[in-house]
Amino acid sequence: MAMPEPASGPDAVTAREPSILYLEGVSVSFDGFKALNSLNLIIRRGEMRAIIGPNGAGKTTMMDVVTGKTRPDTGRVLFADDVNLAHLDETDIANLGIGRKFQKPTVFESLTVFENIYLAQKTKRSIAETLFARIRGEQLTRIEATLETIRLTERSADLAGDLSHGQKQWLEIGMLLAQEPELMLLDEPVAGMSDAETEQTVTLLMEIAKDHSLVVVEHDMKFVRNLDCTVSVLHEGSVLAEGPMESVQSDPRVIEVYLGR
Amino acid sequence: MGPISSRLVAMESKRGWAAILVLAAIAIFVVPILNLAVPEGSLFHIPTFWVTTLGKYLAFAILALSLDLIWGYAGILSLGHGAFFGLGGYAMGMYMMRQIGERSVYGNPDLPDFMVFLNWDSVPWYWLGFDQFWFAALMVLAVPGALAFVFGWLAFRSRITGVYFSIISQAMVFAFMLAFFRNEMGFGGNNGLTDFKDILGFELSRDTTKVGLYIASAVSLLIVYLICRTVVSSKLGRLLIAVRDAENRVRFLGYSVTNAKLFVFTLSAMIAGLAGALYVPQVGIINPGEFAPAKSIEMAIWVAVGGRGTLFGAIIGAFAINGARTYFTAAAPEIWLFFLGSLFILVTLVMPQGIVGVYKFLRSGELIEAIGRRLRRGDA
Amino acid sequence: MATGHSTCAVRIRGYIAFLGSALLFLALMAAVTLPAAAQSAPQFTQTADDPFAAAVQALDARKFSDKAKAIDALGVLGDERAIVVLQAFADGRLYRRKADKAVIIGDRDGDGFSLTSPVTGATAGTAASGEIKKIIANNKLRGQIRGVLGQLALFSPNADDRLDAARNVIASPTEDALGLLKRARDRETVSKIRATLESGIAVLELASDDRALRLAAVATLADRSDPNIKSALEQRLLKNNGEFTEPDAEVRAALREAVDDIDDRLALFGLVENLIFGLSLGSVLLLAAIGLAITFGVMGVINMAHGEMIMLGAYTTFVVQEIFRSTMPPELFGMYVLVSIPAAFFVAAAFGVLIERGCIRFLYGRPLETLLATWGVSLILQQLVRTVFGANNQEVANPDWISGAVAFGGGVSVTVSRIYIIIFCLMVVAALAAFIRYSRFGLQMRAVTQNRGMASAMGIRTGQVDALTFALGSGIAGVAGVALSQISNVSPNLGQNFVVDSFMVVVFGGVGSLWGTIVGAFSLGIVNKFLEPVSGAILGKVVVLVIIILFIQRRPRGLFALKGRAADS
Repeated sequence: MAMPEPASGPDAVTAREPSILYLEGVSVSFDGFKALNSLNLIIRRGEMRAIIGPNGAGKTTMMDVVTGKTRPDTGRVLFADDVNLAHLDETDIANLGIGRKFQKPTVFESLTVFENIYLAQKTKRSIAETLFARIRGEQLTRIEATLETIRLTERSADLAGDLSHGQKQWLEIGMLLAQEPELMLLDEPVAGMSDAETEQTVTLLMEIAKDHSLVVVEHDMKFVRNLDCTVSVLHEGSVLAEGPMESVQSDPRVIEVYLGR
Repeated sequence: MGPISSRLVAMESKRGWAAILVLAAIAIFVVPILNLAVPEGSLFHIPTFWVTTLGKYLAFAILALSLDLIWGYAGILSLGHGAFFGLGGYAMGMYMMRQIGERSVYGNPDLPDFMVFLNWDSVPWYWLGFDQFWFAALMVLAVPGALAFVFGWLAFRSRITGVYFSIISQAMVFAFMLAFFRNEMGFGGNNGLTDFKDILGFELSRDTTKVGLYIASAVSLLIVYLICRTVVSSKLGRLLIAVRDAENRVRFLGYSVTNAKLFVFTLSAMIAGLAGALYVPQVGIINPGEFAPAKSIEMAIWVAVGGRGTLFGAIIGAFAINGARTYFTAAAPEIWLFFLGSLFILVTLVMPQGIVGVYKFLRSGELIEAIGRRLRRGDA
Repeated sequence: MATGHSTCAVRIRGYIAFLGSALLFLALMAAVTLPAAAQSAPQFTQTADDPFAAAVQALDARKFSDKAKAIDALGVLGDERAIVVLQAFADGRLYRRKADKAVIIGDRDGDGFSLTSPVTGATAGTAASGEIKKIIANNKLRGQIRGVLGQLALFSPNADDRLDAARNVIASPTEDALGLLKRARDRETVSKIRATLESGIAVLELASDDRALRLAAVATLADRSDPNIKSALEQRLLKNNGEFTEPDAEVRAALREAVDDIDDRLALFGLVENLIFGLSLGSVLLLAAIGLAITFGVMGVINMAHGEMIMLGAYTTFVVQEIFRSTMPPELFGMYVLVSIPAAFFVAAAFGVLIERGCIRFLYGRPLETLLATWGVSLILQQLVRTVFGANNQEVANPDWISGAVAFGGGVSVTVSRIYIIIFCLMVVAALAAFIRYSRFGLQMRAVTQNRGMASAMGIRTGQVDALTFALGSGIAGVAGVALSQISNVSPNLGQNFVVDSFMVVVFGGVGSLWGTIVGAFSLGIVNKFLEPVSGAILGKVVVLVIIILFIQRRPRGLFALKGRAADS
């Protein structure tokens, strides 16, 4: 299968404008199955990018590679053009400023909503700092602001385990915000949300995108269209098409992949 | 009020502090007075045997706290905590062994009996320094701590979690048992260390020494409890709970799970070592039997019975089960294992939150609500 | 899903049939390897007035030195009757009948003695204690008798005794044994004993004055593989007062070559023996762990009572043995082991179902709780067995066909039970693998393992599969108990000794991989065995544990790890 060149070649981009995330020739295989097949992907600083693709296209694996959960077999993964992520672990990568929301909302269920945000909040992460940490006024203000953003102020003292599915999604997004990352990776942020909740999420993400770089993986086409950003279509571990939603949707290869041959 | 003390106050409710103070006062002052000041034959006299037995339970309670700290909060179920307890005990035993001096059976001023028996000329290098109390006391904490640090570093770094950790920690304590059974190891082999005469110059056979050891255990329990409470109510405590609930998620927040676990595991091992060091002078012997895997598993059930993740539950569980053991082994020894075995099953199946959980359930009024629901459903 | 259920039952019956045929195979093996001891003994046909009678009479000498000469004379004659006489002499049962001065063997019978003729072996009436007089031996004579008796065993009717005697002569050669050995060789009909006697003769001939004879002897011995022969050869290479014991350079070269040859062979045999020991130890580990590999590996259930399933299997063996002993004719006794295998399987499997339905099924997805609850079960089972059978070890006897040792390849010697354990273990594993691979139940089991929800949606009764899987794992542990009863003590804590080991095997091999469990068990068994001579048994075990703990750091998911997304969950 002939690989279409992405809209702009990696080398050309690094020369032109700074990228926040740069993947070049990344391959990952599990027991012979190629989850990622020489994937090239560049996210510009400050950009919001949506990633779509059928099941098994490698979307989650791509996030795993970026966040250090999975090591790539080959290829380069650069953060902010200079840090190679391929040899760092999850903790280091998170501390560089990459935050991730999981497909299945993962919050700390035996902690309160407040404590979830408190733990996520950007602070020094060493054991000693954590052991002797005390909440200062300015910190408290920011936590409260985050709670306000994700509309969970009322539930601040409840256990996270008692939240509804959609609220857990929001809490996780709130935790990401509190982490103050430069790059946010969101894996299916509106899965299991009602239409109203989905719309609110769009608004929220657009707000966040103003001062963060964002990569959103989603199945919900309407949601992706509403995000109004560049879309990359992943198929069999590499980028099949890239561009605005309209052009991508009319691409015959994308139609074939989605509708079958 | 300084920041530290205000934090301490904030850790417990007013009622909680009242309970702690009352219990501590009873344990530290009332029991010794009832033993030493109230004449024998009086209704209120507590025999020395019981004081020592209580002291033993206090040591077990410290051990249970150490396990609750890692299991209840960080979700690390160690089935090898007997190794840390035993090593702490051996360190104290080595000190007391060297205090025996010429009063030993063979009368060698420098060598413990079993070394004379093995035809050794001098104490091996790892026995050096143990004639000093301060050194032994340091080793009581340092040896279990170092072992936990190395073992934990290897395990947590490789992300060995859950039952895998439990199993290899069990293998570790099993390896210790096998090793310490060997005479050539230089820890008295099968018989272990015993026939102690005195500690810090106080004769172990005297009642006042026994009461002194008891008080030391009670004070240690109080201090250890406060340390554990400080840790679990800090931000680190929240982090440990987060690690317990969703370890991977914590990594993506930028915290080092390995370091958090390593800290609490090492702290826990040092506490277990302290418990062993308090236990050995009160029972007068330490042998490789303390490393038996069965003993380490049993510690987990103390915590489970009391209610894990509560600290207080661990203390209750240690007292309840060891009290039951003292009773059963005297009254009906063949029942004991049936009882203990059933307890393992019942607690996990029926009351996973332990005694503390049942107490909270009863107090919360949920029971009455549940009965009410059941009744209403019956009506409908 | 009633049909599914009945098919499943049919498959299980098929499995039992398989086990049955496997047992038949075992029985055949037993028949084939029965010791080849029933060989005919050499026959003696000699008349009464032979030198033997004279030598016997000479035992009744006045002086001890004369008695000693008579003993030697008896030894050199190489007559099997001498064994009885000399034994009687050493025991103080040799008498002089005062009436005819005849030397006679007397055994106390009531107040008097019943007499036996040492020459004919026939009874010779009785005598009152006053009518006979004991022929006195002293300690020196008794020592001498022991030596002579040892050599005379060369003529014993028992083939094993003859072989032992021949080996003893090689181990401590004395020159005067040469004639005896030659005579024994000429009479010997068993080729193996004959070869040993030849070696003995050659060892003695190493010291011959005839250079050609010495060279021939070296040539004979060069292809032997007995450490004693090696040391006999080395003796000849030592220097004595600056002179080689062996004067001839050519013979010395031949000796050196022969020693090297034997060394190589001995090293090889040692390796093979260690390997077989290791394999049998690995088999024990594998038998103990394979059931765990199913419950832990396939179901993800930590069953701390697994060792107790082994223990129950061993106690079932004990009970079956007792039933055989009291109800069956003795010649069938040896078959009790074969009956024990299905019995142990079902007893352990029944307990397994009980534990799974009564306790574990409430705890799926909570492995740490399962661990604690099953530990409780193990405590109860131990105490139960202790209450019923007592705390002491129970005696489980090896049937004849499992006892003894076999030698092969000229020098490798192993006990039969070890060989059986290896064969038995491989059969169990093969049967299990085939069952999981080909039976319908095996298919359902694998389906539930891989995707519980999907399996359930397709109409598989997951609860039933869980219970039966657990029964299967427990049953195999019970079968392991039968094997263990043959090589170790049967006591209530039998199982406890295997819990840590079995878990190590499964974790080391890789959870969920049957193949990994097999490789794990055998490699741990062999490593353990090869470490033993270096570090001692206990320290060897400690070292193995430490190695595993370190290994798991490198490969947290074991030797044969599952990869990919499935492994993450």
